Amino acid sequence: MLNIESNWLNMRLLDDLSMQNTLIHRIDPRIKILISLAFVIIVTSFSKYEITGLLPLFFYPITLMSIGNIPSTLLLKRLLIISPFILFVGVFNPIFDRTPLLDVGFISISGGWISFISITVKLTLTAAAALLLVATTGINPICAAMHRLGCPKPLVVQLSFMYRYLHVLLEEFIKTVTAYQLRSPNGKGVQYRAWGSLLGQLLLRTYARAKTIYDAMLCRGFDGRITLLYTKNLQNHDRIYLAYWLFFFILCRAVNIPKLMGKLLLGGL
Amino acid sequence: MHMADALISPVVGGAMWAATAGLASFASKKVQTNIDSHKVPLMGVLGAFVFAAQMINFTIPGTGSSGHLGGGILLAILLGPHAAFLTIASILAVQALFFADGGLLALGCNIFNMGFLPCYIAYPFIFKPLTDQKPSRRRIIIGSVAAAVAGLQLGAFGVVMQTLFSGISELPFLSFLLLMQPIHLAIGIVEGIITAVVISFIYQTAPEILTKTALNKPLDNIPIKPVLVAFFIAALVIGSTLSWFASSNPDGLEWSITETSGQEALQATTEIHGFFADLQEKLAFLPDYNFKSSSAVEAPAAAIEESKESAWPAVDRGTSTAGIVGSLITLLLAYLSGKALQYAGKS
Repeated sequence: MLNIESNWLNMRLLDDLSMQNTLIHRIDPRIKILISLAFVIIVTSFSKYEITGLLPLFFYPITLMSIGNIPSTLLLKRLLIISPFILFVGVFNPIFDRTPLLDVGFISISGGWISFISITVKLTLTAAAALLLVATTGINPICAAMHRLGCPKPLVVQLSFMYRYLHVLLEEFIKTVTAYQLRSPNGKGVQYRAWGSLLGQLLLRTYARAKTIYDAMLCRGFDGRITLLYTKNLQNHDRIYLAYWLFFFILCRAVNIPKLMGKLLLGGL
Repeated sequence: MHMADALISPVVGGAMWAATAGLASFASKKVQTNIDSHKVPLMGVLGAFVFAAQMINFTIPGTGSSGHLGGGILLAILLGPHAAFLTIASILAVQALFFADGGLLALGCNIFNMGFLPCYIAYPFIFKPLTDQKPSRRRIIIGSVAAAVAGLQLGAFGVVMQTLFSGISELPFLSFLLLMQPIHLAIGIVEGIITAVVISFIYQTAPEILTKTALNKPLDNIPIKPVLVAFFIAALVIGSTLSWFASSNPDGLEWSITETSGQEALQATTEIHGFFADLQEKLAFLPDYNFKSSSAVEAPAAAIEESKESAWPAVDRGTSTAGIVGSLITLLLAYLSGKALQYAGKS
């Protein structure tokens, strides 16, 4: 099934990207988590009619992609997939909010269209923040950082366990579904008669695998406690990096930079 | 039905984060004390199972479309509510990070809608009572479908409320509700049936899995406290946002109608508006929230004055040209700086 395979490839691509060793990749994961959250909060805190004020914030993803060596196609492809639902909700804005807010030449643009564009911009920025966090950090450092930031240990352990076995399981799922498809070439999905047995078989195999993993853990001396190891402490460049972005975000929030620049430029002419 | 960052406000997102964080630490404590060590890998692998199973298309007989598994109820049945909650939280976290599905700020909303509601509401209050006495195939099917439908209805309602209180979308409360609930009824039924057939398959082939985990074991104590705490936080936020909206912050449409000449544009939709406004007046749940067209015109003068002063959307037509020019320059600069950094990194 194309869906599973392409999703799997996407995850592996992000894993590969996170293995790089660039300036961004070397920053402490905790700092990167905090900056990502701050970025998303700043982006969402703009009013729903704001477009211009949001634009300087594009410096953040662009900088990360450039220094972190992350291809922009990664983000663009993802946006194409996730946008339908959000745009579906957003597209009602132009219908319900028709009051003109802006004149460009002879065309009057309604508040609904402005808020719709604003939603699209916010979607791009926030999706970029999430993808870039994982593409420049990797899931295991994120898990460790989450624990150090105070996230409960069982949740962190669960997250890293799940991610680790996801790849093994996805491989098995792809095999099973391919085998099913080869024997039922006419259908697009799984027929209802096979719903229970197909998923049920996979579930039984999952249980068997969990048992094997548990036995293997016992062999290596697992006593019910999981120890998480950290080595790194915050360095000065981490602090500078944090301060730099926080300052930039707050500046963007406080001052509408594009408007200011436009005024300066037009005033000067 | 993942809630997205682009559609929520920081207040709503932050509040749902707070509620979810509290629930996660509660569930973690429960898992740490109550669950034997073999469940550690089991939770991880079952999370991976649901994650992968969500991507399989299930053809719905009689229609051309296909359905998917959500997995909330399935996990609750297999693992019990606490472990299931953590498992769903981890699934949603991976989806937010690797697929930008939902987003980082909306993660709290999504864990609440798709984790808390099925695990702590639908499972203990619907599935358990229906199957507790003596589990049978029929009871399992009825219980799964009822719990899945209830879970998804609540989840869809959560999405509607979170969207509403964020105030980014203009979708009127009632229309959005009328859109979301029936869709999620269908999704819920499919989800329930998939859950039911999988559980009954397991019940027939390997019943020890079910008897060992959830079906026969009485719930140690139904987690009333976190349920109440979560609802309390949600209510608090809803209340405070509501009052904030109602008092200082004029709704966008309200503002713009009184401020500019929007009446003509609105005339065209009066019929639909009238219909929904009537309907809404009869149901009057949140009268101030939608269809401002009728009420805004007679809004008290004081409110209008206030709205003029608070520079909300702050649209000044004179400066908008400057805004557009400046925006183009900003984007150009962003692009160029990106290229420069890339070049600098390579050389």
